[in-house]
Amino acid sequence: MRIPILKLQNYLLISIQIDLDDQTAIQFQEDLLNKIYKSGATGVVIDLTSVDIIDSFIAKVLGDVVTMSDLMGARVVLTGIQPAVAMTLIELGIHMQDVQTALDLEQGLVKLRQELEG
Amino acid sequence: MELKPCVNIRQEWDIVGARQLGREKAKELGFGTVDQARIATAISELARNIYLYAGTGKVEFEIIDQFDRKGLKIVAADEGPGIRDVGEVMQDGYSTSGGLGAGLPGVKRLMDYFDIRSENGEGTEIEAIKWVR
Repeated sequence: MRIPILKLQNYLLISIQIDLDDQTAIQFQEDLLNKIYKSGATGVVIDLTSVDIIDSFIAKVLGDVVTMSDLMGARVVLTGIQPAVAMTLIELGIHMQDVQTALDLEQGLVKLRQELEG
Repeated sequence: MELKPCVNIRQEWDIVGARQLGREKAKELGFGTVDQARIATAISELARNIYLYAGTGKVEFEIIDQFDRKGLKIVAADEGPGIRDVGEVMQDGYSTSGGLGAGLPGVKRLMDYFDIRSENGEGTEIEAIKWVR
């Protein structure tokens, strides 16, 4: 399964709407980095509104993709993390401190615009 | 006795299958959304451990219906190499697979009861219970 990555001006938008298995998560990591490279996008929003579970593996893949994108020069914002997911992550012991987040897709785009366009 | 719902872990996709069945059972039992997420996450961690370290195994669900409380029991069992030092794997940040090392201590925090038995060379069995509040 492939997660669609949409391009909007200088940004890439991703809405994850499936229960992520490990393989799909890894594939997404690779697809996103390739898409950043090809499109020259400077900002990425990954919307997690429809994701109702993030375990330690998925958290690692997400955290890594943020760092990897950053290395390439694209800023990533995660949006729409559900309350239950936020609570579960912290109880699991996963803090994702270096990751930018916003309440929803719209706020995520605002955040990116502020950071990238000053 | 009622047949226990069970998911065999043989391939990576079974991790998703196990947590989906677990979430379904949790919902049926009347757990709220946050507890459903806790249970599904715990199952995901346990099933992944089986897949990563033992190759194959199973995750079994049991509904506990006592006179004063109800709960969901998860048993994750494999016949893999076992855990050499249980104390070590229960420490936060310990990982042999390059993961976050949040797995087992995390599962313990997410659930209300947690018990692990492991024999070197004979496998591991983990029992975890969440009670309906």
